[in-house]
Amino acid sequence: MLTDLMKRELLAEIDRTETRQAACIEALQIVQRHLGWISNETLREIADFLNMTPDELEGVATFYNHIHRKPVGRHVILVCDSVVCWIEGVEEILEHIRATLHIEPGETTSDGLFTLLPVQCLGACDNAPALMIDEELFTNLTPARFDEIVAAYRDGKS
Amino acid sequence: MERPLTQHIQPGGEPLSLAEYEKKGGYQALRRVLGSMTPRQVLDVVSKANLRGRGGAGFPTGTKWESVPEGAPKPRYFIVDADEMEPGAFKDRYLMEGNPHQLIEGLIIGAYTVEAEAAVVFIRWEYTRARKSLRKAIEEAYERKYLGGNILASGFNLEVQLHVSAGRYICGEGTALVKSLAGDRALPHAKVPRQTQAGLWGKPTILNNAETLCNVPHIISNGPEWFRTLSRCNDGGTKIYGASGKLKRPGLWELPLGTSLREILEECAGGMREGLRFRGVLPGGASTDFLVEEHLDVAMDYDSVQKAGSRLGTGTMIVLDDRTCPVGMVHNLEHFFAHESCGWCTPCREGLPWAAAILKALEQGQGRAEDLDTLGQLTGRLGPGRTFCALAPGAMAPLKSALKFFRADFELHVAEKRCPWR
Ligand SMILES: Cc1cc2nc3c(=O)[nH]c(=O)nc-3n(C[C@H](O)[C@H](O)[C@H](O)COP(=O)(O)O)c2cc1C
Ligand code: SF4
Repeated sequence: MLTDLMKRELLAEIDRTETRQAACIEALQIVQRHLGWISNETLREIADFLNMTPDELEGVATFYNHIHRKPVGRHVILVCDSVVCWIEGVEEILEHIRATLHIEPGETTSDGLFTLLPVQCLGACDNAPALMIDEELFTNLTPARFDEIVAAYRDGKS
Repeated sequence: MERPLTQHIQPGGEPLSLAEYEKKGGYQALRRVLGSMTPRQVLDVVSKANLRGRGGAGFPTGTKWESVPEGAPKPRYFIVDADEMEPGAFKDRYLMEGNPHQLIEGLIIGAYTVEAEAAVVFIRWEYTRARKSLRKAIEEAYERKYLGGNILASGFNLEVQLHVSAGRYICGEGTALVKSLAGDRALPHAKVPRQTQAGLWGKPTILNNAETLCNVPHIISNGPEWFRTLSRCNDGGTKIYGASGKLKRPGLWELPLGTSLREILEECAGGMREGLRFRGVLPGGASTDFLVEEHLDVAMDYDSVQKAGSRLGTGTMIVLDDRTCPVGMVHNLEHFFAHESCGWCTPCREGLPWAAAILKALEQGQGRAEDLDTLGQLTGRLGPGRTFCALAPGAMAPLKSALKFFRADFELHVAEKRCPWR
């Protein structure tokens, strides 16, 4: 359900754009900030709000890496799997994540805390390997450093 | 050595505020432009400076700005391409995080020159720090009346918006970017008519890379002759070069355009890490052809790199060492390109996953001798001129050059039925 607050934020966005449809990427991001992901029902509501058909909006939503069409955990871990991080050993980091969080890329931990997703080059190549948790960038990763970072999030840093 | 673009940036520090930027001479160029220059005069200065686009294609900026036809309809749009999703590239991030007003000032001058009154900075979602610094800079610029209506009482108006994309490499391509801003699925299309005639909302639109625009205030302040003396080639200016891979000191450096590969890799980046040898380099990011040892003295400018068989691209290079598998590296790259293909053209949509699958099979010891021919054919079928945009030919550049320079490695994968590096 789109709340009044969400609708106000959407309207502020629409105000800035030429057409209602032109606000759709921002709109998806706004709603996702509130709800965590975009369900079919939410997608239909947003489409309606923007005078788009659900199919048109789906064509946009599925086009982008950061619009989640499936539920995600409380924190999203985005591990860069592009070329420089690969050269610098990201496979070892991914192996470590699999072993310690017991999830594969695309999955969420059973406690709902973390979702693991691969992501394209984060532009941190001089300090590879790199990952993001939610909107925060972490670089020069090692398995030990990864454990520290994750522990901080478990302890309630959000 | 002069470093106009980065001289005031504190690595890892806070971005320059508007007050700090002004104290260093910031917005003086804009004041001069709005106070005493016609758009035509600004255009002449930028053209004479021989500034070429830093976004990958190296198109002369003056020529691009001039291609908005006289009397073309309004409103006109000016877009900053700050999507920077090319693997290996991280230069625009540094400029935007460190000195956002330099970009905003360049953007305002550019917009004035082509008489655009609306502008968009198109930035990738992942650049959270740069998003923040730019958002603040835009707010500050509005407060100080460098943006908005009747800027500095000149009669010139400009509204700027920050658009945060949701993550897709193809959106950095001009025609896809414009569709993305309209809320359509971002599929590129043929460039007829040119975007400078009919771009965003069918109106004349100029698209420039972030680094390109950062040069503009300095060209206005110091003149085109000064700008040309900064470089070691016919094109003007410095370049933000980057290098990553197993070097002693991966990083970014602002150097004269035309600095040699060897100087950048050996002196700036300190050479290879202990026990490793240099094998090759993608000089301009993921979509450029490998260069090898014999090319180390090539000057990193547009024409020299092209003559050597590759492209300057973004100028951010990725180094291959002798303990990293070239087949694995190219597999990683083709996997990226296959994922990021928008799917519009058949050769790209079908060919890239095919190339990635073959490379994966080679890595897993299931390669066959004929696979190398198939890969070779694909580099032709996805080459320049066969697709709507440059993604597919760009994707083929590292593959084609790897087949040439590292053929023995591919053959070893087939012969030994395994990756020799694992
Ligand atoms: C697939 C693809 C992705 C691109 N991504 C970017 C990008 O992220 N940033 C950029 O400045 N240019 C990018 N470009 C190049 C732009 O299309 C365009 O050439 C450039 O922004 C023009 O600016 P310039 O003349 O200042 O270099 C991309 C091109 C292609 C084909
Ligand atoms: S070359 Fe690939 S990315 Fe470019 S338009 Fe065609 S399918 Fe899309």
